[in-house]
Amino acid sequence: MKKEWMEKHADGSYTVRTCGWSPPGDHPVGCGMKLHVKDGKLVKVEGDPEHPISQGRLCVRCLTLPEFVHHPDRIIYPMKRAPENRGKDKWEKITWDEAYDIIVEKVNGFKKNHGAESIIVFGGTGREACLYYYPLGFSTLQTPNVCYPLSGWSCYGPRCAITDYILGAGYPEIDFAGHYPDRYDHPGYRVPEYLVLWGKMPLWSNPDGFYGHSIIDMMKRGTKIISIDPRLNFLSARAAYWMQLRPGTDTALALGFLNVIINEDLYDHKFVEDWCYGFDELKERVQQYPVEKVAEITGIPAAKIIECARAMATAKPTAIQWGLAVDENPNGVQLGHAILSLSAITGNLDVPGGITLGPPAALLGKWRVETRSQISEELWEKRIGAKEWPALSTALATTHPDETLDTLESGKPYKLRMGWFNSSNFITPTNSAAPQRWYEALKTLEFNVVQDCFMTPTAMAFGDIFLPLPTFAEHDGVVLTHFGRNAIFAGAMNEAFRVGDTRSDIEVCIELGKRLNPENWPWENVPDFFTDQLKPELGIDFDGLREAGVFQPGYEYRKHETGKLRFDGEPGFNTVTGKVELYSTLFEEWGEDPLPYYKEPPYSPVSTPEIAKEYPLVLTTGARKTTSFHSEHRQIKSLRDIDPDPILEINPETAASLGVKEGDWVYIENQFGKCKEKAHLMPAMKPNVVHATHGWWFPEEEAEEPSLYGVWKSNINTLIPHKHIGKLGFGAPFKAILCKVYKAED
Amino acid sequence: MSRNGLLIDYEYCTGCHSCEVSCRNEKNLPKDKWGIKMTEVGPFNVEGDKWEWNFVPVPTQICDLCEDRLAKGQKPACALHCLGQCMEVGPIDELAKKAEAKGKSVAIFVP
Repeated sequence: MKKEWMEKHADGSYTVRTCGWSPPGDHPVGCGMKLHVKDGKLVKVEGDPEHPISQGRLCVRCLTLPEFVHHPDRIIYPMKRAPENRGKDKWEKITWDEAYDIIVEKVNGFKKNHGAESIIVFGGTGREACLYYYPLGFSTLQTPNVCYPLSGWSCYGPRCAITDYILGAGYPEIDFAGHYPDRYDHPGYRVPEYLVLWGKMPLWSNPDGFYGHSIIDMMKRGTKIISIDPRLNFLSARAAYWMQLRPGTDTALALGFLNVIINEDLYDHKFVEDWCYGFDELKERVQQYPVEKVAEITGIPAAKIIECARAMATAKPTAIQWGLAVDENPNGVQLGHAILSLSAITGNLDVPGGITLGPPAALLGKWRVETRSQISEELWEKRIGAKEWPALSTALATTHPDETLDTLESGKPYKLRMGWFNSSNFITPTNSAAPQRWYEALKTLEFNVVQDCFMTPTAMAFGDIFLPLPTFAEHDGVVLTHFGRNAIFAGAMNEAFRVGDTRSDIEVCIELGKRLNPENWPWENVPDFFTDQLKPELGIDFDGLREAGVFQPGYEYRKHETGKLRFDGEPGFNTVTGKVELYSTLFEEWGEDPLPYYKEPPYSPVSTPEIAKEYPLVLTTGARKTTSFHSEHRQIKSLRDIDPDPILEINPETAASLGVKEGDWVYIENQFGKCKEKAHLMPAMKPNVVHATHGWWFPEEEAEEPSLYGVWKSNINTLIPHKHIGKLGFGAPFKAILCKVYKAED
Repeated sequence: MSRNGLLIDYEYCTGCHSCEVSCRNEKNLPKDKWGIKMTEVGPFNVEGDKWEWNFVPVPTQICDLCEDRLAKGQKPACALHCLGQCMEVGPIDELAKKAEAKGKSVAIFVP
């Protein structure tokens, strides 16, 4: 990419190159774009053809960025509201100094009177804040309680934890040649022969920084798709194998694949002998999952399971990309374990076109999770749910999400008093199960700070102080794909202009850090801060990154052979046994089965046939659209014109039997809650399965309580129960629960 | 050399709407006008495991194939931003050869 990242034009306007990351838009995908600014306004966004990954491509969320940035409803000044006015639109504009003064006084007061543990930071999904909520909590506010409130930590965290324990590596991502400037033409690279999309549809989700449409690049170069998904999507419609399983039965399918591959002797003997621990035990375990039994559980014909398993095992390479369906499942640890085992025994780990593995230490990780060393051991011991859930608290530096709700409700082991909502709008159906319980429980907090771009249902309900965030176009930063756990690249985010008086996450960390914990926040500005983080690891300063645009650190395959997967430099994997643990020594120590097993979803036609009589449909949730990032973008007119309503996908015959027609509003209801979405008839849905979209609230509706922008109307997460999680504390049934559907007459 | 047309390899059009929105940005069009608009066919089951589900963007009379951008050496707005990279503007005779080589799921528009 060219060195100049800013270009001035004759009419006084200018163009700034940058890489994107929400707010607003997406995970740390870092798509390249040019921001055209005239008279202080963002007038146009164009894709940057020089960017090695996105190559000029840009989705509608960035193409409509000017609408987001200059939206009349955007909050661009700090505000306060008296606690008795929570839920009412009675905000008062204040200065940053006043906001910080109030916060400092409150924080110091809570620390002195109740201990720092009475403060809790809530994070959200995928936004830039994901990097900063750890230092915000551990260093700026100095509390041990940073909470990702989604039941069972059901997003990314479980997959990272499983990888830590089974492989001892950073995040496993399919090899899409993203590490190389010359991409697919890189010497030694080959495209996957089969790409398995397991509970994942990356075209719209761009998960964790993986550029979703890379899959199209690879298909054009010959990659064939295996799609494991209860829903038909664009890729399953073009797949060599679409495995349409009953929602929540994924682990049975994985064990069925393992059964075929092991019994038909299709595995990589050398890799198994040299690098795997517990193969004989796994072989014995998979005998419990003959294909006929798996066919009955999953609803996929036995012959198709056998054929697909053979294709996966004999193709070289096969890359399995695991999705949110691994996390949003109480049986998901076993699913993740089985998927990693499949990749390992077929010889597809850390090979070209297979699965790439990040090193065990995250890129630029020092100032993030490791800021917890600034907290005393005594205080760290008070982290909520850490003792009860060691498998979660060993891998993740957060509280246990479900225990956190219990603590809010019970005041035990201590009362939480202050909440900081860091880019998390989680009473909308995004980042919590049983949001109606969270809503009640969060009312007990005495003081709340919210950071966001717009007033949200969560901010309207709880905020006492609102700190406005700039968009990614309005501040300096670094985009780090996969949150640094297997970074494809680091991208420069350049401030092009700024609307109003906003502060980015890192600016708030520094400015408030100087007031609360100055010793650990010595930096005078953001570029200096980033230079100090980048220089030791990548050898460039922040200006160097700006000039590079995108910095690809490169990649080395088969690191287990060269000692680069372990801190001690020895060959092998960074696990207890030094090998890929097909049999997990740590799971065993924590009282879990050391081998993968299948367990029915907590509520299903098989596990709860009595309940299924009243709620006969299997509900799966959470598939994404290109027009929104979870609960973002609902107020952006151009995007709402494309996707105006929350959509329930239902089989046409099922719909007809319920008297439901295309476009009818329907209620979706079970024993835990109910909500309303619009029916869309999809011939590819199984007759007893429905899918509902998430993330809906209605900025155009009444702001004040009890409406809160209509947050309860289409709140699909009210149907998902609290604390129905796996034995190790991970996974909740967002993708497999029972419900009934009926036409809404109101 | 023949006049320009717009080739769409709709095997890879994922229905992302980027052509519609980027065209609107480029041509300053209001929300009720389109330089190009996506159509959807399916999904329906053809037979067995075979499904038909296609998106095909159709340019309108507003589309001038981004003459100005082409003159500046830039790709047309739709083709630049297309997530599936399945759009191309060029002389019709060359596009026809590409369509023949591809062999399926290709449309050429002359708006």
